[in-house]
Amino acid sequence: MLLFGANFISNIGEEVAMVLFGIGFANLLFQKNLIKKIIGLNIMDSSVYLFLAEKGYIEGRLAPIVVNGIQDVNTYINPIPSGLVLTGIVVSVSVTALMLSLTVRLYRRYHTLDLDEISARLKKEGL
Amino acid sequence: MEKIREEKDMNESRQEENKKPTVYRIWRALKGQSEEKAEELTLEREQILDEKVLEKHRLDHEKMLEKTYDIEHNPIYGFFRRFYKVAGVLCCLALIIILLVQVSYLPPVGSSSNPGSNEVAAKYIEDGLQDTGAVNIVTGMILDYRAFDTFGESNVLFIATCTVLILLRNDKKKGKDSAEAEERRDSYYEPKNDVILQTITKVLVPIIFIFGIYVILNGHLSPGGGFSGGAIIGAGLILYLNAFGFQKIERFFTEKTYKWVSFGSLTFYCLAKSYSFYTGAHHLESGIPLGKAGAIISSGLILPLNICVGLVVACTMYAFFALFRKGGF
Amino acid sequence: MAFVQNVPFFSIILSMFSGIVSSVLPEKQAKWLNTAVITLVGAMSAWLLSYLLEVGGSFTFMMGHFPAPWGNEIRAGALEALMALIFSIIMLLSLLGGRKKLKDEVEITKHNIYYILTDLLLSSLLALIYTNDLFTAYVFVEINTISACGLIMIRQNGRTIEAAVRYMIMSLLGSGLLLMGICMLYDLTGHLLMSNIKESVQQIMAEGSYRVPMLITIGLITVGLSIKSALFPFHAWLPDAYGYSTVSSAAMLSSLVSKGYIFLLIKIFYRVIGIDIIRNSNILNVLFVFGLCAMIFGSVSAIWENDIRRMISFSSVAQIGYIYMGFGLGTEAGMVASVFHILMHAATKSMLFISAIGLTDVSNGSRHFAELTGSGYRNKIAGIGFTVGSLSMVGIPCFAGFVSKILFAQAAVANNAPVKIFPTVIVLAISTILNAVYFLKTVIRIYVPEDPAFEKQQGYLFFQISRQKLYGLTIICFIALNLVLGMMSQPIVHIIEIGLQNFS
Repeated sequence: MLLFGANFISNIGEEVAMVLFGIGFANLLFQKNLIKKIIGLNIMDSSVYLFLAEKGYIEGRLAPIVVNGIQDVNTYINPIPSGLVLTGIVVSVSVTALMLSLTVRLYRRYHTLDLDEISARLKKEGL
Repeated sequence: MEKIREEKDMNESRQEENKKPTVYRIWRALKGQSEEKAEELTLEREQILDEKVLEKHRLDHEKMLEKTYDIEHNPIYGFFRRFYKVAGVLCCLALIIILLVQVSYLPPVGSSSNPGSNEVAAKYIEDGLQDTGAVNIVTGMILDYRAFDTFGESNVLFIATCTVLILLRNDKKKGKDSAEAEERRDSYYEPKNDVILQTITKVLVPIIFIFGIYVILNGHLSPGGGFSGGAIIGAGLILYLNAFGFQKIERFFTEKTYKWVSFGSLTFYCLAKSYSFYTGAHHLESGIPLGKAGAIISSGLILPLNICVGLVVACTMYAFFALFRKGGF
Repeated sequence: MAFVQNVPFFSIILSMFSGIVSSVLPEKQAKWLNTAVITLVGAMSAWLLSYLLEVGGSFTFMMGHFPAPWGNEIRAGALEALMALIFSIIMLLSLLGGRKKLKDEVEITKHNIYYILTDLLLSSLLALIYTNDLFTAYVFVEINTISACGLIMIRQNGRTIEAAVRYMIMSLLGSGLLLMGICMLYDLTGHLLMSNIKESVQQIMAEGSYRVPMLITIGLITVGLSIKSALFPFHAWLPDAYGYSTVSSAAMLSSLVSKGYIFLLIKIFYRVIGIDIIRNSNILNVLFVFGLCAMIFGSVSAIWENDIRRMISFSSVAQIGYIYMGFGLGTEAGMVASVFHILMHAATKSMLFISAIGLTDVSNGSRHFAELTGSGYRNKIAGIGFTVGSLSMVGIPCFAGFVSKILFAQAAVANNAPVKIFPTVIVLAISTILNAVYFLKTVIRIYVPEDPAFEKQQGYLFFQISRQKLYGLTIICFIALNLVLGMMSQPIVHIIEIGLQNFS
């Protein structure tokens, strides 16, 4: 408890995002099954979006679309993290598509989704 | 007989030599006296011409490979796997705890005095409508203030499509198999004509397309934009494909359509944005009118760019699905 | 604004545009467009470099109608122009050297996708070199990753696809950490432009308000970029990826891709956090230790290898260790030595890969050392190229590697932290000896004459210069580049020093 700083309770949403990041990271690194690794990658990216969404929020203010011509700074939340999330989502989709197509190709050739088994079989074939 | 005795003598004398201590032998070698002449060593290639010996070598080699790459029973590998699991769990717990500690020191969520709410965000909110003409401040930000990031992002989508094309596109030439084999292969991918799916699709797909077009066109006036609208239209195309099959969708969406629509949209995006960057850096006026705030035709380049991005995203979503399903369009 | 100041913008946009256009062109025209664009980018970078050496300092170019904290911008100085010039020269030579082999290794319908990937790789490298904005850097890091993955797997046999999967997994771990670090840095400072972040960071460190999260954020970004550039414990994907892909891919990957991330790390150290804060923290010591381990481990693994291309890949692991050791020394001289080593390694490693394919071609395509005996006589030009590359890697004077080793040794000895002098010098010595063991062993083997009857029996082809003029020309250009870096290194080191001074 001494390690933690002052804002532990108020940043509880971000704490959840960090736990999800760790879970996604662990899955991507340590799972044997390729599909589960890709799911881990998606969990990791989703946690970054949750973190960014929490970051932009300011209590009591509206989404950044100008209503009734009011352009006061105190009416809207911070628009920058929303832009970052948009870019992040597109990158995540592209990378997931690439990983899935690699998995499909490996499965068609070796009929297994286990990366270690594929490596062992490749070494045996001695390509 | 004599030769054999000579060899025996040589062997014995060599063995005696080898029993003398190493230092003595090194000293003698340094002084230039060599050992008793052993036989000359020659390198010769083994000439194996016998069939049976070759067969035996091959079987031995296979057995050796089996034993070497036998992961299940390898004790070192088993130990490594257990160690790896434990070390992995510990590393991830360490990472999570570091991140939790990190977050607890960050500025509190929801407070208005965060470092994030500084002059950058203030200018986007206060001057966004006047500078970009977009009512939706986030769209104005990503397509005007920080347009270079969005350009890079469209290229990420483009290059991901190229890599999926490498892996999954089936490039069999059209005339190689007989017509019947091709017919049989293509009909494997056609759907069974499911009544429920086809009836619902006939009703829903026009609505989905209209809604997608609405989201794209209203990107600068309300939540939406090229990416979300493009994803909606892509989903509509995939639903149509699933219900009616490849032959029906080729009436309006072929590979040529995909290629030229992507190329046209990305080229227009590139040229428009280059013009905008060039004029901006040289402090020239860009000459594109911003229009009246709140109208559909307004905000300068943002509307055409939204349309381009929407088309690219729709084509990409459909292309991913078609490549995964059939390996082609 | 002088016209030459448009060069960074033109280079990036031109390479992206040629990538987009190549998607509808047939193979031959895509090839010519690719070569033309890389040559043009190289020429423009040379022009920019000469202008910047005259004028001095650096300039920024606004990408859009809005100035710094509100819009994007790119920034160019002498160091960036030098890196862009050398990277484009090496990319051009790698593509030309592997062009003939490309027809055998890749299906004809996929050739234009290969050129699209190369164009976008060039554009992402240029953007990483010139950018002044942290989030743009992240987006182009992703483009770099995906195009590198495409280059690895374009050959489509089992080994390359498995190597591509391993590469993507490690790279995505690094990207995730990098993205999280960037988001937290934005949270603490509120800016995304590098110069503005630096002011905020210095204010925060002076006040002491967000000290703990700042250090952890710097750690996250550094670990993310180190994973992506294959520092010691994270290098497992490297031998497979470089060893089995196409020739041009291996040359480009080993020289350019990892170096882009290392250059981004240097930029973050100088321009985002500030080199003084970095030197006061302990991050450089951690990088130093891992760099030393990488130098020993890479060389030891290379000695055990039986396949020539995997041996060269393990040597890459060791050389990346040298670069991180240079960072870890913590002085300006160490940084200059690291940047010179980046250029030297890029020039030499591609030459080694291109020569190695020439040697294996005349040995019936086999890569094991037993069959490579005497291949230096069958393919003279590849033998000379491989010898020059090996001598440069070992550190024989008159070649480029000697200059970088001298710079490292001088930086180590002049260090003001005495505890770092002894390990550096000892590990430099051991690793030079280990490099000599496996490189000179190979050079001797390729020049041991083979029995002509055996050669005829195995059906080895002999290399005919008339049929592969482009390959011969490429190797000669590589050797010339190496000799220029080795014998005329003083002006280049001077440019790097000036560039680093203007870099913050």
